[in-house]
Amino acid sequence: MNRFLLPLGVFIVLVIFLWIGLTLNPREVPSPLINKIAPTFRLPQLHNADKTIGPEDLRGKVWVLNVWASWCVTCRQEHPLLVELGRQNLVPIYGLNYKDNRDDGLALLKTSGDPYVLSAYDREGNVGIDWGVYGVPETFVIDKSGLIRHKFIGALTPELIQNKLIPLVKELNGA
Amino acid sequence: MHSKLLFLILLLLLPLAHAEQAVIAKDDPVLEKRVMDLSAHLRCLVCQNQTIADSNAELAVDLKNQVREKLRQGQSEQEILDYMVKRYGEFVLFSPLVKSTTWLLWFGPLLLLVVGLGVLFIILRQRRKMMQQAPALSADEHARAASLLSGKESEGHS
Repeated sequence: MNRFLLPLGVFIVLVIFLWIGLTLNPREVPSPLINKIAPTFRLPQLHNADKTIGPEDLRGKVWVLNVWASWCVTCRQEHPLLVELGRQNLVPIYGLNYKDNRDDGLALLKTSGDPYVLSAYDREGNVGIDWGVYGVPETFVIDKSGLIRHKFIGALTPELIQNKLIPLVKELNGA
Repeated sequence: MHSKLLFLILLLLLPLAHAEQAVIAKDDPVLEKRVMDLSAHLRCLVCQNQTIADSNAELAVDLKNQVREKLRQGQSEQEILDYMVKRYGEFVLFSPLVKSTTWLLWFGPLLLLVVGLGVLFIILRQRRKMMQQAPALSADEHARAASLLSGKESEGHS
């Protein structure tokens, strides 16, 4: 009997490790940019190509950067949530229109609503790479001193917004 | 006969039709080689266990363009790797760094081999001991064993 205990023990440990492995999401790579200064950029605005926008313009406020594109199906699912969040006026949402066609992006905002104070237009996706974006949508929360405090990978959900995003914004605003 | 030959020739030419898609910087093969060498060290984050050199995913193509751009600007390989790690984390490096948290990953297989050899050694030694301790057979028993083996005497039960 005793001679089976050791293999059984090894087997159980193995099963536990594999079980934990199954619950992990291999696509979710934690960002090393958390609690680092947000990478700077200067991009034309989506609505007005003559004007630019960059993170420096937003120093001193807590804001949210949502990376989106009209070709991204998950972004479209997420879109109504952002519109709703924008309506609540809790935090300014800025968009990073990622590797999109300007007209397609504008058309989407026209038909589905525009939750963004402004959208930056990142045609080549270089700013996206600078921010460590590897899939859309992604959503960053940036604090008053310009540090990235959180990154949501994939679509936001009502639960994520209620339980994570809004409390974090309130905390960062010192309320 | 002629049409068969023609078919064969066309078949052989088929890869060329695809070759065009992969052409990126034919004007500078040295740079392209460096891009691909460095890309082989970077993980494609949207793929599973692929480098960006192997992948044609959009992000992989973008990252290769970044690598090419930065090499062109005269940045060193190490600078570019550092840049990627700063943005995407150490996971972006295809072979993990050797450090205290990855020792088990790097040396675990070796450890398993050593443990396995140890166990094998112990078992073999125990076996040899058991052989030595086995009681010697009497002449009678030897004779019976020999007849059993030759199949002359059937066993009491089957």
